[in-house]
Amino acid sequence: MDIAALAELNAARHERRAAILLTDIAGGAGRVILESHGETGELGDIVERAFRSGRSGLYALEGGEVFLNVHVPAPRIAVIGAVHISQALAGIAAIAGYDLRVIDPRTAFATPERFAGIDLAAEWPQDELAKRPLDAFTALVAVTHDPKIDDFPIAQALRTGCFYVGALGSRKTHAKRVDRLEAEGLSAAQIARIHAPIGLDIAAANPMEIAVAIMAEVIDAYRRRPIGAPASAAEAQAAGA
Amino acid sequence: MTTETAPVHTPPVHAPSIHALGQELDIAEAWHKQGRDVAIATVVETWGSAPRPTGSHLVIDAEGNFEGSVSGGCVEGAVIADAMDVLATGKPRMLEFGVADETAWQVGLSCGGRIRVYVERLG
Repeated sequence: MDIAALAELNAARHERRAAILLTDIAGGAGRVILESHGETGELGDIVERAFRSGRSGLYALEGGEVFLNVHVPAPRIAVIGAVHISQALAGIAAIAGYDLRVIDPRTAFATPERFAGIDLAAEWPQDELAKRPLDAFTALVAVTHDPKIDDFPIAQALRTGCFYVGALGSRKTHAKRVDRLEAEGLSAAQIARIHAPIGLDIAAANPMEIAVAIMAEVIDAYRRRPIGAPASAAEAQAAGA
Repeated sequence: MTTETAPVHTPPVHAPSIHALGQELDIAEAWHKQGRDVAIATVVETWGSAPRPTGSHLVIDAEGNFEGSVSGGCVEGAVIADAMDVLATGKPRMLEFGVADETAWQVGLSCGGRIRVYVERLG
């Protein structure tokens, strides 16, 4: 294994970027492939499936046998709002294997009693996200109903390219949110990535069911995230291209 | 930095989560920076009840120091011995092992499993 390839792979792992180390079994040469790769043909298909499943494996290609060692960061969920939905979502996310944290500056909501054992920050999102930033492998779930709290992290998530951005609120509430985000300078394609109303439409009727709907939508976004194209593909897909 | 003698290897009680995979790659890079000759062994294929998943690493230096695991302790000794040859020749090598250990029994698969391990020199 080439030391430069190993250093590149380790850097990607530390920065929570997905990376594959491709090793040519016969020759021993290795190279790093990122999610924004330009691979085409048979290898392109294999690479996309590997990123999506996160599974490593051996493949017999025309040019010889290769091993793909796949490193995909553990997906995370950042929840804005220490509300009833968040309490339910915390339990479901743990079962699904997603690391979850809750951020809410309202100390009446963000109490250790209501979120025992949960990663909880009773801080403004501006402050908390400066300390622990969002990234592409984090889903942003905004459920406070309060633009003063929700708007900043939503805009931040869109700029960061979070794989999922969801916001609670009716279509009317969301229309006003769109106006504010446009005023913030976000593009129509970026704004179109927001899932609002939040959650898959399963006619959820209470906070627990809404949490299930949100979790399902997060999983869907994670497993179907754009791979193998420039970053702008995320926007193109969201815009319905 | 001094090189310690080979530590006693304790197989992990349970396989670390998939997200913990790759720590050995940091160790390999650090060892290389210290000027040590490093071989990396990787599980590239598994059949049956192999105790460590595909992609697991064992890193070995020329003194026989090692970190990580490719089998939870069953075949590490053999892999380390082969790693010495790989370090000497620079030529990668594919190894294959049958594994019929306690882990296989515990999960009810007394037939055990097989693994293929690729060993290469870091350079």
